[in-house]
Amino acid sequence: MTDAALPLWAEITIAVLVLAGAAIALLGSWGLLRLQTYFERVHAPSIIATMGCWCIMHGTIVYFSLQGEGLALHSLLIALFVAITVPVTNIFLMRAALFRARRTGSDVPPSLSRSTASVERDS
Amino acid sequence: MLVLAMVLALVRMLKGPSAQDRVLALDCMYLNGMLLALVLGIHYGSSAYFEGALLIALFSFVGTTAMAKFLLRGEVIE
Repeated sequence: MTDAALPLWAEITIAVLVLAGAAIALLGSWGLLRLQTYFERVHAPSIIATMGCWCIMHGTIVYFSLQGEGLALHSLLIALFVAITVPVTNIFLMRAALFRARRTGSDVPPSLSRSTASVERDS
Repeated sequence: MLVLAMVLALVRMLKGPSAQDRVLALDCMYLNGMLLALVLGIHYGSSAYFEGALLIALFSFVGTTAMAKFLLRGEVIE
């Protein structure tokens, strides 16, 4: 459990940050469940990776900086890692979804960068 | 709220109409689990949960990239 050594403003700040992050995560998952098509759904978890992750990370930094001695910035590592890797995975997933939608003949825009040679090789 | 978010992502993963929906929902569950590990680290006042969160983030990136590559090509290593 958290000890009572923290001042009141720190507890309020940490609670607000963590609750805001959790609410944003809930909102992102709710959007993942509610939106209709896949290309709308792929945007919903991005808000968890940006706003939710940064809110909870700032709460963690405030808590561990006041708990131990010195500035505890190791949570920033997680946020930076997530901020780097999540666009990469999103781009991979969207490219895979577009590729599969083209293979099944859905109504998606045609491939621009990858020319007909790769399409012929893939199909 | 984070557990509820994980449950919502799990529902999408179980009923997802296509494979990329399931992969996306699994990625979302990884994110929620990572945030849950950080919040548990605050709650119990130990920084040991930080390594767990970092490992979850790492596995999330590797797993999602591998599965997206699999959906794109049909094989992971080519």
